[in-house]
Amino acid sequence: MIRAIRACKTAAEERAVVRKECAAIRAAINENDHDYRHRNLAKLMFIHMLGYPTHFGQMECLKLIASAGFPEKRIGYLGLMLLLDERQEVLMLVTNSLKQDLNHSNQYIVGLALCALGNISSAEMARDLAPDVERLLQFRDPNTRKKAALCSIRIIKKVPDLAENFMYPASSLLKEKHHGVLITGVQLCTDLCKVSSEALEYFRENCIEGLVKTLRDIANSPYSPEYDMAGITDPFLHIRLLKLLRLLGQGDADASDCMTDILAQVASRTESNKNAGNAILYECVQTIMSIEDNGGLRVLAINILGRFLSNRDNNIRYVGLNMLMKAIVVDAKAIQRHRATILECVKDSDASIQKRALELVYLLVNESNVKPLTKELIEYLEVSDQEFKGDITAKICSLIEKFSPEKIWYIDQMLKVLSEAGNFVKDEVWHALIVVISNASDLHGYTVRALYRAFRASTEQESLVRVAVWCIGEYGDMLVNNVGMLDIEEPITVTESDAVDAIEVAIKHHRLDLTTKAMALIALFKLSTRFPACSERIKDIIFQNKRSLVLELQQRSIEFNCILQKYQNIRSALVERMPVLDEATLSGRKAGSLATTVSTSTIAPCNLPNGVAEPAAAPIGDLLDLSSDDVPAPISSGGDFLQDLLAIDLSPASAPSSGTSLPPKAGTDVLLDLLSIGTPSPGESSPSALDMSSSTQDNKALLANLNGLASLSLLPANATSPESSAGAMGLLDVFDPNPQKRDENGPAYPSIVAYESNSLRMTFNFSKQPGDPQTTFIQATFTNRSPNVYDDFLFQAAVPKFLQLQLDPASSNILPASGNGSITQNLKVTNTQHGKKPLAMRIRIAYKVNDEDVLEQGQINNFPSDL
Amino acid sequence: MTFIYMSVMYEVLCVQIHFVLLISRQGKVRLTKWYSTYSQKERTKVIRELSGVILTRGPKLCNFVEWRGLKVVYKRYASLYFCMCIDPDGNELEILEIIHHYVEVLDRYFGSVCELDLIYNFHKAYYILDEILISGELQEPGKRTIVRAVAAQDSLVETVKEQTASISTIITQATK
Repeated sequence: MIRAIRACKTAAEERAVVRKECAAIRAAINENDHDYRHRNLAKLMFIHMLGYPTHFGQMECLKLIASAGFPEKRIGYLGLMLLLDERQEVLMLVTNSLKQDLNHSNQYIVGLALCALGNISSAEMARDLAPDVERLLQFRDPNTRKKAALCSIRIIKKVPDLAENFMYPASSLLKEKHHGVLITGVQLCTDLCKVSSEALEYFRENCIEGLVKTLRDIANSPYSPEYDMAGITDPFLHIRLLKLLRLLGQGDADASDCMTDILAQVASRTESNKNAGNAILYECVQTIMSIEDNGGLRVLAINILGRFLSNRDNNIRYVGLNMLMKAIVVDAKAIQRHRATILECVKDSDASIQKRALELVYLLVNESNVKPLTKELIEYLEVSDQEFKGDITAKICSLIEKFSPEKIWYIDQMLKVLSEAGNFVKDEVWHALIVVISNASDLHGYTVRALYRAFRASTEQESLVRVAVWCIGEYGDMLVNNVGMLDIEEPITVTESDAVDAIEVAIKHHRLDLTTKAMALIALFKLSTRFPACSERIKDIIFQNKRSLVLELQQRSIEFNCILQKYQNIRSALVERMPVLDEATLSGRKAGSLATTVSTSTIAPCNLPNGVAEPAAAPIGDLLDLSSDDVPAPISSGGDFLQDLLAIDLSPASAPSSGTSLPPKAGTDVLLDLLSIGTPSPGESSPSALDMSSSTQDNKALLANLNGLASLSLLPANATSPESSAGAMGLLDVFDPNPQKRDENGPAYPSIVAYESNSLRMTFNFSKQPGDPQTTFIQATFTNRSPNVYDDFLFQAAVPKFLQLQLDPASSNILPASGNGSITQNLKVTNTQHGKKPLAMRIRIAYKVNDEDVLEQGQINNFPSDL
Repeated sequence: MTFIYMSVMYEVLCVQIHFVLLISRQGKVRLTKWYSTYSQKERTKVIRELSGVILTRGPKLCNFVEWRGLKVVYKRYASLYFCMCIDPDGNELEILEIIHHYVEVLDRYFGSVCELDLIYNFHKAYYILDEILISGELQEPGKRTIVRAVAAQDSLVETVKEQTASISTIITQATK
């Protein structure tokens, strides 16, 4: 059969052969054919290996195991281990046969049973068969003893309570001479120490000296052909002994003292020109690092790692880097000495090594060496592979943020990163950069000029363009007049039209995305007052964009155009420089204090007239920042807060069309804006509102007015009853999404009951990370309202192909009865068609009630539409 | 719409070796052994993912791949890749030795082993692996011991077969 399958040239042919074979095997099973049973099973295993379903053969395995002959049993156990896993019900049936075989007179059959038990035993089997295994630990044949020892490892891992039963037999295994038994015995002790502190204490008291002696014997033992690996006698035993010693020495000074001599001997005498020797050294270093402090040994260990790093073999360098990462908490200073070598490793051609080295460098950076290290990394960024750039930029950015000694350095380095790899920079990084820029008022001129230069040099890097455009818009006048010149700068002459040119390039550039273009448009609008000479040109460009195919751009340009033409008097106020952005807010948000705190804090300034009246006041900055933060951004794809910040006049206008709105934002500006834009939106504006706005030049008066209205709109049931005055209507319509909006700011989306049956209820809570609208985090909560407990609860979900789904393990697999508790499970869904298609999901929930399996299935269609 | 079911990967045990894979250079699976619990679907997925990663790596690179928070140690012998998956804090160099150990034992047993031996005698390859590893832990460092144990079981099988053969001939002769 194997030959036939190998002869197949295409996958289809192979499938045909396999199908035929499977049919023949099925027929044989039905006829209960004894003679060929083992041969059929062997075939089945081969088919299984090719990846075809073979579940129908499971019962055959059991029959073979139950039969008397050794050949049948041998193949049966092999099939059992291959075709089944511990989750399958069938496995329960084999317990009895296993028990019999464990007591069989033939040691090989006992061996088979132990092997199978060790590989696939479930917790129940472990409990049932533990006494037999325990007895076999003292069996006369060493092969059986070692198998029993490994089997015990599985048992104690499955059922940690059984550990104490194995403690004494395990310690007697340590005195064995047979290497196999010794190895497995040491391994068993190690695992016992991991699951039981009692065992740890016991071994610490009774076995350390014995272990040290064994290690010494083995280290000094003469050449023995049987256990020799590359000139070293049994490296495996070495390694296991070192591991056990590590556990015993950890946190116990006396035990650590006992083993220092032998560790020093192993560390200094082991040959390091072969892999086996290095494996031992590696383990030894690990042990030295974990046991209680001993200065001399640690120096020795760090030196070994230094040797590892300079080794030519990639494997050795890899483990060296890996180990240094662990050692860094112990002795950072010693590792700083190897900085140059580690930096070299970052530039290695091997991705695994690069990654390790980068992480290590990241850990090595501190205030004193941040400048040279960042310089090195940025230099390397220029030549690194595309795939690696993302990783490395993320690390550089976080380093710069964490350790930057001064603002000018921060801005410089970020500019370098942006111009090298702006496309890999995450949104929050350049948001943070803008906040820093806006706070560094003495550097505005310098920054905008540097950005302008970088932007002229290349428009390839998206986030560089964004930052540049934003700065030119805000500080365009400084660019032209060379304000705040620093000594280190080269003088640069930029005319007003040059600056406008730059922005125009950004708008027209075909590769830049919508967010950037929208930002450029806003910048242009801002420049219109800063550069009166160019205002005609600016008008032209904005006018051209009125015909843009992209809704967002079109809408913006129409609005801007309208303001430019009709509302000359308020324009300068509208485009005033942004208030200084609040760093605390940004970092606060980063820390993840999203949800409720944000929503409550937005409400407060909303109702404070003075807060709203003074555009420069901090609360406003706050308000701006926060309120725009979690906006679902129905039109824009980026969802970035800056865009929204700048789009002060856009959002209210888009409200009627998209059904989502923002709270009142930039005080006076917005107010006028609201009203001016309220005009074109049909049916919702009223002449009186418009009159009010155009006649009232006194913003404060209007504000007071509005404030009243805003509080009115906070009344429940969206107090937009027909009785309200027409003037109020216009405003209210803009405002009454506010309460809803605040809700959304908290959980962002309302929770849904995703599934409900007679007894089971599943609710979904949604949340999103800002700046990543595609990904939704869902917390599923299950409650059981029936009087019975649900065991083995398993939730499965399926999604269509345009979605990606990731499930975290559930909080438990037992669901208490009558709603006395719940299971939660987190899901992460990424919608690759965000904005185009809504989420959809099918679910399957399996559980056991009174030992009966229940399966519930359903489809969830009531997801909020904009996830 | 097509839906693809997924469930959570269960990593209940922390064993030394999570699984052993033998993949040919063409990406054909020659042997799989799972010591941690993976469902059938997860198994195929793991194999597909890993063979994609490992087979594309260059010859001079190091033998370790970080994958889903675990580490895969692999080594190429002729046209076969031997892969073992371990916890991130395991000793990678030791796993390389274990792989080598396995290969040496195979070599002794088959007498200069080649890929075809493993294809036609895949069950033997499993038997040998079972003598080296149980539940993801090393069982025996002595090569001779392993070969002897497998050979002893083989001869046991042979004698039983001969017995049944002779019994059946006796029966057929008796019934004639």
